[in-house]
Amino acid sequence: MRSIRAAAVGAVTMSLALAASACGGGSSTGGGSNDSPKTLTYWASNQGASIAVDKKVLQPELDKFEKQTGIKVKLEVVPWSDLLNRILTATTSGQGPDVLNIGNTWSASLQATGALLPWDAENFDKIGGKDRFVDSALGSTGAQGKDPAAVPLYSMAYALYYNKKLFADAGIAKPPATWDELIADGKKLSKGGKWGLGAEGASLAENIHHTFVFAKQHGADFFTADGKPDFTNDGVVTAVKQYVDLMAKDKIIAPGNAEYAQNQSVSDFAKGTNAMLLWQSASANLKSQGMSEDTYGIAPMPVQSGTPGTGTNVNSMVAGINLAVFKNTDNLDGATKFAKFMTGDAEQKILNTAYSTIPPVKTAQSEAAFNSPANAVLKDTLAKSAVALPQVADESQFETAVGTAVKELFAEAAAGRPVTTDSVKAKLEKAQQQMPTK
Amino acid sequence: MTTTTASAESGERTVRENSPGAARGPRRTGRIKRIGLPYLLLLPALLLELLVHLVPMVIGIVMSFKELTQFYIRDWGTAPWSGLDNYQVSVDFDAPVGEALLHSFLVTVAFTLLSVGLCWLIGTAAAIYMQDTFRGRGLLRALFLVPYALPVYAAVITWVFMFQHDNGLVNHVLHDQLHLTDKPSFWLIGDNSFVALLTVSVWKGWPFAFLIVMAGLQNIPGELYEAAALDGAGLWQQIRRITLPSLRPVNQVLVLVLFLWTFNDFNTPFVLFGRSAPEAADLISVHIYQASFVTWNFGTGSAMSVLLLLFLLVVTGVYLLLTSRGRKTADV
Amino acid sequence: MSSTSSTARSPMAPPRSFLWSRRIFLTLLTGFVLLPVYVMVSSSLKPLADVSGKFRWLPSGLTIRPYIDIWSTVPLARYFVNSLIVAGAATVCSVVIAVFAAYAVSRYQFRGKRVFTVTVLSTQMFPGILFLLPLFLIYVNIGDSTGIALFGSRAGLILTYLTFSLPFSIWMLIGYFDSVPRDLDEAALVDGCGPLGALLRVVVPAAIPGIVAVAVYAFMTAWGEVLFASVMTNDTTRTLAVGLQGYSTLNNVYWNQIMAASLVVSVPVVAGFLLLQRYLVAGLTAGAVK
Repeated sequence: MRSIRAAAVGAVTMSLALAASACGGGSSTGGGSNDSPKTLTYWASNQGASIAVDKKVLQPELDKFEKQTGIKVKLEVVPWSDLLNRILTATTSGQGPDVLNIGNTWSASLQATGALLPWDAENFDKIGGKDRFVDSALGSTGAQGKDPAAVPLYSMAYALYYNKKLFADAGIAKPPATWDELIADGKKLSKGGKWGLGAEGASLAENIHHTFVFAKQHGADFFTADGKPDFTNDGVVTAVKQYVDLMAKDKIIAPGNAEYAQNQSVSDFAKGTNAMLLWQSASANLKSQGMSEDTYGIAPMPVQSGTPGTGTNVNSMVAGINLAVFKNTDNLDGATKFAKFMTGDAEQKILNTAYSTIPPVKTAQSEAAFNSPANAVLKDTLAKSAVALPQVADESQFETAVGTAVKELFAEAAAGRPVTTDSVKAKLEKAQQQMPTK
Repeated sequence: MTTTTASAESGERTVRENSPGAARGPRRTGRIKRIGLPYLLLLPALLLELLVHLVPMVIGIVMSFKELTQFYIRDWGTAPWSGLDNYQVSVDFDAPVGEALLHSFLVTVAFTLLSVGLCWLIGTAAAIYMQDTFRGRGLLRALFLVPYALPVYAAVITWVFMFQHDNGLVNHVLHDQLHLTDKPSFWLIGDNSFVALLTVSVWKGWPFAFLIVMAGLQNIPGELYEAAALDGAGLWQQIRRITLPSLRPVNQVLVLVLFLWTFNDFNTPFVLFGRSAPEAADLISVHIYQASFVTWNFGTGSAMSVLLLLFLLVVTGVYLLLTSRGRKTADV
Repeated sequence: MSSTSSTARSPMAPPRSFLWSRRIFLTLLTGFVLLPVYVMVSSSLKPLADVSGKFRWLPSGLTIRPYIDIWSTVPLARYFVNSLIVAGAATVCSVVIAVFAAYAVSRYQFRGKRVFTVTVLSTQMFPGILFLLPLFLIYVNIGDSTGIALFGSRAGLILTYLTFSLPFSIWMLIGYFDSVPRDLDEAALVDGCGPLGALLRVVVPAAIPGIVAVAVYAFMTAWGEVLFASVMTNDTTRTLAVGLQGYSTLNNVYWNQIMAASLVVSVPVVAGFLLLQRYLVAGLTAGAVK
């Protein structure tokens, strides 16, 4: 009998001990230190055509860094499907990398967790100062009024890619500059099994990126000035409807695109099935699919009227990758040295050329590669007519809620059901109600 | 070393013969060893269950009473207590969160009932048909087990490939070759996604029912059938009067296990639809995953999981009550 | 396989209606089962163009390139080894622990037996998502306080998977052990073995089919688990379940490679399963009948 009781007591005690141990936050609230000055763990995002390509691009640079500073960098390239989850578990457990890439739209959400090192003036000085960076890129590094949670690493913008031969065959002399022109051109091109345009209808991120720009073009926004969600105002509803109408009403996007979430629209463009593509920095991807650069042209994304600029003439969101540091890193100095290295002119030129992105560092932009006609469009857009996604803590919920609403609207359009202002508003209403109220 | 034999007591399940009065070891060491041994044998299993299932579940329940969003995830112990707020939000069926949860729950119930029903029907029919030896039976049986043996992600990803709108086999056959639909349907989005999910689930799950029923059939004595045949009962009658009733104990467990596994199934809808499932196929496990991992709202996600657990407990309890009552009357 | 109780209705041959309904049913069922298998195999041998366009029943040309490329597109070999280690270790441990626990429940009467069985069985209905985050928090804390790395390591995953398969395994083995006559135990005990010796020398050999069934089930559970693997692994310890998703997030979707990789990771499990199916059926026969 004694043994039973002893066992029972032992079991209960152990469970309580375990539970208590899980209650503590552990080292996750601690600050950074310099306990391991010789190593760094780096989570890179998948920017190239495959993980292997990323490793090939980054490893030589990391070796350079090791030669310069003696710090060994342990690299892990994390696929996009995993990255946010892994960051989340790293944040919760306090066990993660020292430095990492984050999608710049995640900056405000991650900033809200308090896990990232804030880049105050002192930290910025360590990497050469804040004004080395392009303003629009800095606008996507965290909530306004707070220190940035990350530093810009690669910048991208949306552009209109068009197939020169299909355009010539249809008798279209130059790429469209406004949406009306695009629709007209698209209709001419959508025949004989080919389509004018493609879209990733099932990709939540793509849906957000496009509808956000449309909304801005109608002078509206998804969030009020004090950060509250406002998805049902007229401007937003018109914007979302305009985007979905490209399939529903104008019929220049194939219905099958409602299912696309794995960059199939890029493949369709490369194969010549679609004549136009609205994409971020697609050159590297198109090249890997066998489409040579002289078969397509790059133009700025369309606007409602006039030419790209600010205000209602923006035509792209500020896309890009930021480099962040975990606050509880045990190699704080090494991490800032790494940030300095990666945002230094030399590395910026090398890496952005490899990924066909634009450096967010002003002095690196002078390189010839970034002034080719292709990249010139992207650079201009970034400098003059791109705007950052709302830097609110609820950004990922916003992406999920509104992205899903647009995905469902595309599904209805593809099924042939009518997409009306009312149906759009209803879906957006539902999305808004799913946003956290606190 | 003293040998002692524990006197057998009839267990709840099988009837064992009582070994008549074997010597109960009078020596203390023997008795303590006898008492201590089962606990020792159980200890590893118990410890693991505590560590991996029970303690985390308790913590999960505790989390459901806190407001655990991205602001507090770094040190969840300090997250503010929110009492029953998370639960209220989840069951407020007029508000969007509660409404979505209810919808997801109903979809899951419908899906589970249909899937379990079809799996059972097909599995039982196949087991009965395959009872007699015929040429190729062994090969066929091996083939039938393949869907169950395939890892979930391999099987489901193949179905994703087949269900594609533009390039999938399903549309190719239905639309291009058989001309049953006037334009290709969507299977991975829209309303048909429920049918797609059901198809994949049944394809993957029926061999399990097949296996269990086949095993159960082996235990039906042949004499019963011979007697019935001599009485003039035809084959279909034999199936109805002998086979199915004899399978009842097996079926009771099988249906319960299938129900629980299907209801909780995360892998199938996740690989099929990804993170955001279409409304028609929004199964509750993925729905809760989205409410917690994707939107960083762990308090609400935990509350929903607890509600799900309570529901399953109730269902299991009611089911066991009903079936044991049934068994008692059947034994009479 | 059907050796013992003859369920053949030998006095009467099955009626015609039974025979042709059987033929139709089994043919349709075979088609249903085989269709995705055929798609998997044929697509794995197709050139990329075939799988990026309209579906073709027959490949335009057979190529084994996908089978070569899959190893480099994604570090498949490493994932394979990880899965093998994790599933193998989880299976061995799960079987051993389940055997001990089932033996205790089957052979002994003791206080708390009912509670134990009910508790263990009730864990079947726990939604995985409820204890995912807490479990990983516990692992992290154990790692922080004792230095035993559980989070992100294979050991943590092994612990998790072996516990997942434990309830069903214990339950099946209890049923199976119950059907092993106690006379065997008693004979062994009289011969001078302790209870453990009786277990190992007598009961286990008599229960081999059930044990094999349990081992197969445990292996399959570990091999195919997605949710926990996606959270608890890092690049070095990633298993196939998560690793296979890597083919779909690239800039292109290489369906022929995905099919080839799926086939490659399925073959060991399916082959093992088919080889051991005889045991599985025998194990379920005793375990399922209560």
